[in-house]
Amino acid sequence: MSKINELSATKVSELIKNHEITVEEAVLDSYSAIDAKDKEINAFVHMEKEKALEEAKSIQEKIDKGEITSPLAGVPIAVKDNMCIVNEPATCCSNILKGYKSTYTATAVDKVKDSGMVVVGKTNMDEFAMGSTTETSCFGPCKNPVNTDRVPGGSSGGSCAAVAAGEVKLALGSDTGGSIRQPSGYCGVVGIKPTYGTVSRSGLIAYGSSLDQIGPIANDVTDCVKLLEVISGKDNKDSTSILRQDYDFSKYLTEDVKGLKIGIPADYLSEGLDKDVYDKVMEVKDILTDKGAVVEEFNLGLSEYIIPAYYIIACAEASSNLERFDGVKYGYRTPDYEELHEMYKKSRSEGFGSEVKRRIMLGSFVLSSGYYDAYYIKALKTKALLKKAYDDAFSKYDCILSPVAPTTAPEIGKSLQDPLKMYLSDIYTVSVNLCYLPGICVPAGLASDNMPVGVQFIGNTFREDNIIKAAYALEKARKGE
Amino acid sequence: MAVVIDDEMIDYVGILAKLSLNEEERERAKHDMTEMLDYIDKLSELDTDNVEPMSHLSESVNVFREDVITNPDYHEETLSNAPERNEDYLVVPKTI
Repeated sequence: MSKINELSATKVSELIKNHEITVEEAVLDSYSAIDAKDKEINAFVHMEKEKALEEAKSIQEKIDKGEITSPLAGVPIAVKDNMCIVNEPATCCSNILKGYKSTYTATAVDKVKDSGMVVVGKTNMDEFAMGSTTETSCFGPCKNPVNTDRVPGGSSGGSCAAVAAGEVKLALGSDTGGSIRQPSGYCGVVGIKPTYGTVSRSGLIAYGSSLDQIGPIANDVTDCVKLLEVISGKDNKDSTSILRQDYDFSKYLTEDVKGLKIGIPADYLSEGLDKDVYDKVMEVKDILTDKGAVVEEFNLGLSEYIIPAYYIIACAEASSNLERFDGVKYGYRTPDYEELHEMYKKSRSEGFGSEVKRRIMLGSFVLSSGYYDAYYIKALKTKALLKKAYDDAFSKYDCILSPVAPTTAPEIGKSLQDPLKMYLSDIYTVSVNLCYLPGICVPAGLASDNMPVGVQFIGNTFREDNIIKAAYALEKARKGE
Repeated sequence: MAVVIDDEMIDYVGILAKLSLNEEERERAKHDMTEMLDYIDKLSELDTDNVEPMSHLSESVNVFREDVITNPDYHEETLSNAPERNEDYLVVPKTI
């Protein structure tokens, strides 16, 4: 591997601007890593190498002319396969979208390209982002580069694995219930789920629209925050995107956590949490206390109601969002049908995988007349109570520290037999989406099985500042800087 | 509330979800939905009598803008994604 290998994305961009390496070299370096590793990892599901190399040349010219000055200009990036890029496939790793070509580019991807990053490929994911392991992909499972017997987590497993394997230094993922943070934890990389509305969802194929956010994945906090800056912004194409007062997240890359008040939900530390993961959370507590933060435990409450409320809301939204896949406008159509409804039903039944069908069925049920109030409205009321619990917590604390997942990455093939058990492993991440909050996952070291453990900092809405500071301070301390 | 997921219910949900399940998938769906509903029924123990359901963070109800076309014309690209087309039309089975 070349000299680029050990460098951060920000550093690579600096070298490009100093004419020490070219954009093309950086892109070729990425492809040679992919060639060497991806047969085993299976992080990438689609690549257009020639197009990427052409883009590299045109970006090089713009950098040389001083037209592009972004701190990540020239750096190769991977994009999760649920984001559209014009004239390229976007399958959500589902058979129902095989053959589909996007007619436009997602706003977040446009911003990445405008900042001079080169998209080297689309990454593997759980079908329609519904899963926690990247095993439900129609392109086969993605593997964890740290140990290929383990899953990378999901649903942005391909993006996180690609970064962890050194195939790219940057990736975009999407997070509906932890789909950036949990695989970041399992693979030992940094991932951010921004405050809802910070990044445009235009061109992101919808799963749960009130929960979905695109976010950055990188090897370190600095690269991740720089990428967040690039993709953030209000967009007229997403009416739920929000104009924030401040997009300069880099200024919070400081180790100054003196006096920062951090709460650990004690109710997150009990049942079902691996001792190794617990120990890492306590280690982080000690590290940040040494740096002057005030860390204490408190009771958030409602923990046993979070997963039921989340799955009702996510499945309800999914069942309605996925109505568009009908075998008429794009994607798969069954070859064998007589009338319209049979065509709809067979196309969908043959095109969707079993986890997607399971969630559409549950979502259709909780929205059906007679059950709507008892399930869907009840879940929205539970969400209101949860938001109140977080509001109370953030009146006392600047941010919250918690595990990302109760265990390290499970072995491949062990999770899908028991869907309920798999859903329960999302306990630490889904409330962040339900309450529109920002969350960052940062590596906290290895467990006794030599697999990475991530911890999560959760901030109040629009308070990325506090979680960036905490994450940066932790990273510096762990690297002994 | 204990909801029984029987064949009738699976048929009903299948109509709503526009999915047709084979025998094996039906049995699995009955089992999975029963298990999931047993679990999510936990919410019924929570007192939410005076709580307003929260559907969205934003206070905004409608976000309006002028109806000005900013996209390029991708009419042909859009139609070429269709499984079956006839010139500028999408072809579906006869409905009447």
